[in-house]
Amino acid sequence: MQYRFKIAGGDFSNAGTVASSVKKILRQLNINHTVSKRIVIALYEAEVNVVAHAYSGLVEIDIDSEKLRAYIADKGPGIPDIPKAMEEGFSTASPQVREMGFGAGMGLSNMKRNCDILNITSEPGTGTNVEMITYFKPDAR
Amino acid sequence: MKITDVIRELGLKVLSGHEGLENEVTGAYVSDLLSDVIGNGREGNVWITLQGHHNIVAVASLKDLAAIIIVKGIQPDEETIRKSKQENIPLLSTEDDTFTVAGKLYNLILKQ
Ligand SMILES: Nc1ncnc2c1ncn2[C@@H]1O[C@H](COP(=O)(O)OP(=O)(O)OP(=O)(O)O)[C@@H](O)[C@H]1O
Ligand SMILES: [Mg+2]
Repeated sequence: MQYRFKIAGGDFSNAGTVASSVKKILRQLNINHTVSKRIVIALYEAEVNVVAHAYSGLVEIDIDSEKLRAYIADKGPGIPDIPKAMEEGFSTASPQVREMGFGAGMGLSNMKRNCDILNITSEPGTGTNVEMITYFKPDAR
Repeated sequence: MKITDVIRELGLKVLSGHEGLENEVTGAYVSDLLSDVIGNGREGNVWITLQGHHNIVAVASLKDLAAIIIVKGIQPDEETIRKSKQENIPLLSTEDDTFTVAGKLYNLILKQ
């Protein structure tokens, strides 16, 4: 099964809608709550990063019998130093974004903790691509 | 301990999310940073914050938190209230600041 969603940069009133749509899909598919929770948390953080840091994004969700693959591609400033960005506490969030409670610099580490495979590639000045894979059975990796 | 007990003991005002008042409380977490709550909040926790925009409900729902206490009488956005009804996450309000309400809740949880 494949699903696609769009994300608008800067649109905090709709931040989280992709994650909550996927949550509903996983519930319909009877995916185990613990696994589904991890997937939705990781996706929420990835979605909010597009809203907070990029201009627009496309999300592709692929589900088969053993795993979910999420691919989030955005147009935006990109990430010049990915290892640095992965450090807890590192954030370039604007003051307005921080005022809403974002910008702890913990989103990427939450994503890493809540999926089985995380791949981030980025071209500074162009955009960022995030791939996350999560297996439905914890030992299926 | 249930959310109704916390409401009674701490004199909280229920703003919305009445369906979740029987939620069991496992503990509490205090933070105004959403990703910090995503990383460190635990299922059944009461979350104490000064944030009032609707992303707090999304975070509480992602983490299966028991309720949100908004401090200092801060009035959450309309959208926050609407979302909390939809997600059955009780939104509770207090005039206390974070330190005070966290202290009261800490004692209450220790007592049981
Ligand atoms: N999609 C993206 N486009 C551009 N930069 C990004 C993107 N995602 C992350 N970054 C960069 O990586 C940094 C760290 O991201 P991370 O999600 O860990 O923290 P944050 O978004 O700043 O704050 P938090 O997620 O805790 O609210 C960001 O501040 C930003 O500089
Ligand atoms: Mg982030």
